[in-house]
Amino acid sequence: MIEQQLGRCVASWFEGATGVTGAAKLSGGASQETWSFDIVHAGGTTGAILRRAPPGYGASPGRAAGLDAEAVLMQLAHDAGLPSPRVMHVLTPEDELGTGFIMTRIEGETIARKILRDEQFAKARPILARQLGGVVAGIHGLPAAKLPKLREMNSTKELADMEREYRSFGRPRPVFELALRWLRERDPGPSKEVTLVHGDFRHGNLIIGPDGVRAVLDWEIAHFGDPMEDLGWICVNSWRFGEIDKPVGGFGSREDLFAGYEAAGRKVDPDRVMFWEVMGTLRWGIMCCGMMQRFRAGPDHSMERAMIGRRSSETEIDLLRLLAPRA
Amino acid sequence: MQDEPTPTELIKAVADFLRNEITPEIKGHNAFKLRVSINALDLVTRQLAQEGDSDAAEAARLKQLLGRQGSLLELNRALSDRIAKGDVDLQTPGLAEHLWQTTMDKLAVDQPNYASYKRELGTK
Repeated sequence: MIEQQLGRCVASWFEGATGVTGAAKLSGGASQETWSFDIVHAGGTTGAILRRAPPGYGASPGRAAGLDAEAVLMQLAHDAGLPSPRVMHVLTPEDELGTGFIMTRIEGETIARKILRDEQFAKARPILARQLGGVVAGIHGLPAAKLPKLREMNSTKELADMEREYRSFGRPRPVFELALRWLRERDPGPSKEVTLVHGDFRHGNLIIGPDGVRAVLDWEIAHFGDPMEDLGWICVNSWRFGEIDKPVGGFGSREDLFAGYEAAGRKVDPDRVMFWEVMGTLRWGIMCCGMMQRFRAGPDHSMERAMIGRRSSETEIDLLRLLAPRA
Repeated sequence: MQDEPTPTELIKAVADFLRNEITPEIKGHNAFKLRVSINALDLVTRQLAQEGDSDAAEAARLKQLLGRQGSLLELNRALSDRIAKGDVDLQTPGLAEHLWQTTMDKLAVDQPNYASYKRELGTK
């Protein structure tokens, strides 16, 4: 069914395309899906990815930038020479596939445990932090005039949002209170420089090959804000997958990340990065609690969500290690 | 009085069955979900074994810190309010130790393999 629809769609813009094979759903909730498929043409096949909201699920919720904005950002990143898939087609109503876009499929690994442990990435690991510093700098430097409409955030607003969400759960967590207090007391407020912020720059959204980073994915929560947010988020311990002495994704040092960022002509504010690392740790903790809420309220009774709820304590120990380290 | 085996023994038996007999036969996404299921059962076993003692110790520390009585939930709510208002902070004698001990006891149930926890335990 979807292969026929995709085949009709692809024929309208891919010259010489004769059809589509191997369509497989990679992930998907009710409102958003990712499909992998191959475009068949005289010269062989071309790997492609469909990211879409199926028909009837047009609007994007709350924080999401929206699929149209994602497509523009990904294409801008690609055009700027950043590691990114190329957007081949933005869906139109005639495609009858919903809203979204089709991009080139880039081969590589997104699973953190493999990237951190498999031999084939041994040469990539030592260079990744510096490489990613350069990539983030490139994202923050994308030409403002071409960027789509996105929400603007700052630390004060983000902190208020997080606190509201935490309080809505109605369950006291003294360590989260300590972190909220710490963050309120040190809130740097809106930054002097406001740039595009990827918003979810971490394992899972980065395609890694034996040669290093190959693509940045998932611009779903991209926004305008403090560029230091992206540098703090990738240092959150939850994305180190056990390699806790390597702050950047479990493979690199802050120094390498910062050096890569500054080599691209931008400036790092390490205190602000640390502030956003604490913010990010608390944010992931609150997100875990949110999973538990959805488990209770939702109709699907997902055991995976229930168990993610039990991971919020991981962020509590990480917050204590950051804010109240033991001698 | 309920008969034996105990809940802990029953859950352990089920978890071991799933781990040893079923895991080798399941592939794909359901293999992942099976692993999560076994983790959940193991967590419940740890909680049944540890919760009584750790809750009692936590309540005793909270009563000492706050100078009042109440259920564990009420005491945690009271401590949260005081931290939020700034009435107590990391300089308050006993607060950091209390938060650390409580958090370590939670990790011992939730994720005893979490690297930060093992580091703080001094085992890695």
